[in-house]
Amino acid sequence: MMPDLVSGVLFVPLIAAAILAAIPAYRLSAILNVVASMISLAFALLLLVADRPGPGNLLFVDDLNIVFIVLNSFVGFTTSVFSASYIAHELEIGRLTPFHLRFYHAMYQLMLFGMNLALTANNIGLMWVAVELATLTTVVMVGLYRTPAALEAAWKYFILGSVGIALALFGTILVYLAARPVIGEGMDAMVWTTLAGHAKDFDPSLLNIAFVFLLLGYGTKVGLAPLHAWLPDAHAEGPTPISAVLSGLLLNVALYALLRFKILLAGNPLSIAPGPLMVGLGLLSLIFAAFMLYRRRDIKRMFAYSSIEHMGIIVFAFGMAGPLGNFAGLMQMTMHSLTKSAIFFTVGHIVQVKRTQWMTEMGGLTTSHPLLGWGLVAGVAAIAGLPPFGVFMSEFLVVSSTFAREPILAGLLVFGLLLSFGALLLRLTDVAFGPVKGLAGPVDASTIPLFVHLGIVLTAGIWLPPMVVAWFQHVAEMLG
Amino acid sequence: MLRGISFDIAHMLAGFLVLASFLMLYQDRLYALLNVLALHAFILALSVAWQAHIQHAPHLFITAIIALGFKAMLIPWALRKIVFRLGIHREIEAVGGIGLTMLAGIALVALSLEVMLPVTAHTDPVAREDIALALSVVLIGLLTMVTRRNAVSQIVGFMSLENGIILAATGARGMPLVVEISVAFSVLVAFIVVGIFLFRIRERFDSVDVGAIDLHRGGRQ
Repeated sequence: MMPDLVSGVLFVPLIAAAILAAIPAYRLSAILNVVASMISLAFALLLLVADRPGPGNLLFVDDLNIVFIVLNSFVGFTTSVFSASYIAHELEIGRLTPFHLRFYHAMYQLMLFGMNLALTANNIGLMWVAVELATLTTVVMVGLYRTPAALEAAWKYFILGSVGIALALFGTILVYLAARPVIGEGMDAMVWTTLAGHAKDFDPSLLNIAFVFLLLGYGTKVGLAPLHAWLPDAHAEGPTPISAVLSGLLLNVALYALLRFKILLAGNPLSIAPGPLMVGLGLLSLIFAAFMLYRRRDIKRMFAYSSIEHMGIIVFAFGMAGPLGNFAGLMQMTMHSLTKSAIFFTVGHIVQVKRTQWMTEMGGLTTSHPLLGWGLVAGVAAIAGLPPFGVFMSEFLVVSSTFAREPILAGLLVFGLLLSFGALLLRLTDVAFGPVKGLAGPVDASTIPLFVHLGIVLTAGIWLPPMVVAWFQHVAEMLG
Repeated sequence: MLRGISFDIAHMLAGFLVLASFLMLYQDRLYALLNVLALHAFILALSVAWQAHIQHAPHLFITAIIALGFKAMLIPWALRKIVFRLGIHREIEAVGGIGLTMLAGIALVALSLEVMLPVTAHTDPVAREDIALALSVVLIGLLTMVTRRNAVSQIVGFMSLENGIILAATGARGMPLVVEISVAFSVLVAFIVVGIFLFRIRERFDSVDVGAIDLHRGGRQ
C-alpha cells in the first residue's frame, strides 16, 4: 500500500511532465496540469491517513515531511488553477506563445516532482539532487518572458542558487565523512534515518563544519538575509504563478532540508547548538527585509521582500526550538505559504489589469475591482499579522515563547514585525483605496484559489482543529 | 610502502588542482582562461581515475571520463565557440588587482587547511588532505566568480568550484551516488551553458557581461 502512495506523489507529476511536453494544445495542457496536480494532492492526502511502514533506503514518509508534502501538493494544485486563468490572459496579450506554454506546463510538473522527491528522500544525496532539479526548473521558468530583466533575474538566481547548492553538497559530503567511521562505507552512511539513529557517535567537529556549509548552502535557497539577492528579482520578473510557488513552496523545501540536518546536530550532544546561528540569520533577515519593504515601488518585489521577512521569522522560530518554538515555526510556515501564494494570485491579476508592476501607477482597486481589491486587502492584512488571521496567531506564539526565554531577542523580533507591518499598510492604502489610478479594464480572474487560501488562514486563526494541533505538537517534539 | 606512494600521488594531483585554480585567478584573457579550465578538468580526471584505482571503485572511472570528455573538452570548446560567435571582449574585466586577488587566494588556502586538517584528523589520511585541498579549490572558485564581471568567466569559476566538490566526493572513500552527483552537475552546467543562457542572450543582448545586463534594470526597485 505504502510504496504505491509515495510513488503516486512522485510519478504522477513526472508522467504528467512527459505528457505535457508532448501536447501542443495549450488549453488542454492547462486542464491536464490542473488534473495532474489534483491527483498528486489526492495521493498526498491518502498518504496522510494511510499507515506508514518503515523507511526505505531511498524514500520515506514520517510525521515531519508529511506536513510539507501535503502543503506542497495543496498549494501546487491551487496554483495550477490560478495559473490556468493567468496564462490564458498572457497568451491573449501576446506575452507568451503556445510553445512557451508547453514548456511552462511541463516544467511546472517537473518542479513539483523535484520538490516532492526532495521531501520524501531518505537519502541526503538524493535530497540534494532533487533540490537541484527543483531549482533548475524554476530558473528556466523565471526567465520565461525573455525580457532583459527576466534574463538578469534568471541568471542571478542560477549563479547564486548553484553556488548555494554546491556549498550544500560540500556539507553533505562532510556529513558522510562524519558518519562513515560509525556506520561504515557505502549507501547506509547517507540514509537519513540511519544517520539520525547514530548521530550521537559522530565526530562533532566535522558535523559543526558540515552544518555551517549546509546552513549557507540551503540557506541561500531559503532566502536568508546576506544570501537573499536572487529572491526579489526571481519573484518580480518571472510569471506570477511561479512567484507564488517560489514563495509558497520552494523556500519551504530548502528549509525542510535544513531542518533535517538540524535534527542530526541536535542528536549529537558535543556539536554546536544550531539554534543561535539560525536565530541570528533569521533575525537579520527579518529586520533587513522590514527596512527594505519601505523603498519598494514594484508590487511583486515588495511581496518578495515580505517573503524574506517571513522566512526570517520561521528560521528564527525553529532556531529558538523547544516544543513551543517549533510549533510556532511550523504554524508560521504553513500560514505564510497559504497567505503569500494567495497574495500572488491577486497580484498576478492586478498586474494584468494595470499592465505594470509599479505601485505608483495603481490606486483605488477596491473601487474599480472589488473582488481583487478586497482580496488584496485581506491578504495583506493576513500577512502583516493582523487578527483574526492565522499569521497573527503564529507570530503571537513566536513572540510570546521568545519573551519567556530571551526578552531582548523578542524585543528585536517585535521591532522587525512592527516595521514591516507599517510598510505593508502604507503601500496597501495607496494601492487599494483612494481614487482609481491607471488602467481599469475588466479581467477574467479566477478568485476561487485566493479565497480558499484566505478562508483556511482565517479559520486557522480562529479555530485550529485539535487533530492538527496534536499533529503539529508531535512534529514539534520530533524537531527537539 | 606502496600505500605511501599511492597516497602521495593522490595528494600531488589534488595539489596540482589547487595550483590550476591559482592559474585561473590571474588570467586576463578569455581564451587563456578557457585553456586553464580544460587543464583544471584534466587534472581532476586524473585525480578521480587515481582514486578509482586505489579505492578499487570502478564506477568512479565514469566520473573521470565525464570530467575528461565533458569538462575538459566539450565545455571549453563550446565556450570558445560562444565567445567567438558573440564577439565577447577577449579581455576579462577583473574587480580588484591581480596581486590582491592572489593574496586572497593564498589566505583562503591557509584558511581551509587550518579549518579542515584538525577536524579530519581521525578520518583516513587520503580523505584528510584531499578534503582540505578540495575546500581550497572550492573557495578559490568562489573567489574567481566574485572577482570577474564577465558571465563566461563566472561559469568558469563555477565549474572550478564544482571540480573541487567532485574531488572531495571522490576522496571520501566509498561515498555513494558520486557518479550520479557528477552527472547532475554536468547537466546543470550543460543546461545553462548551452541552453537558456546563451540561446536567449543571443536573442536579446549584444553582450554577455553581467554588468551590462544590470543596466536594463533601469533603477527598478
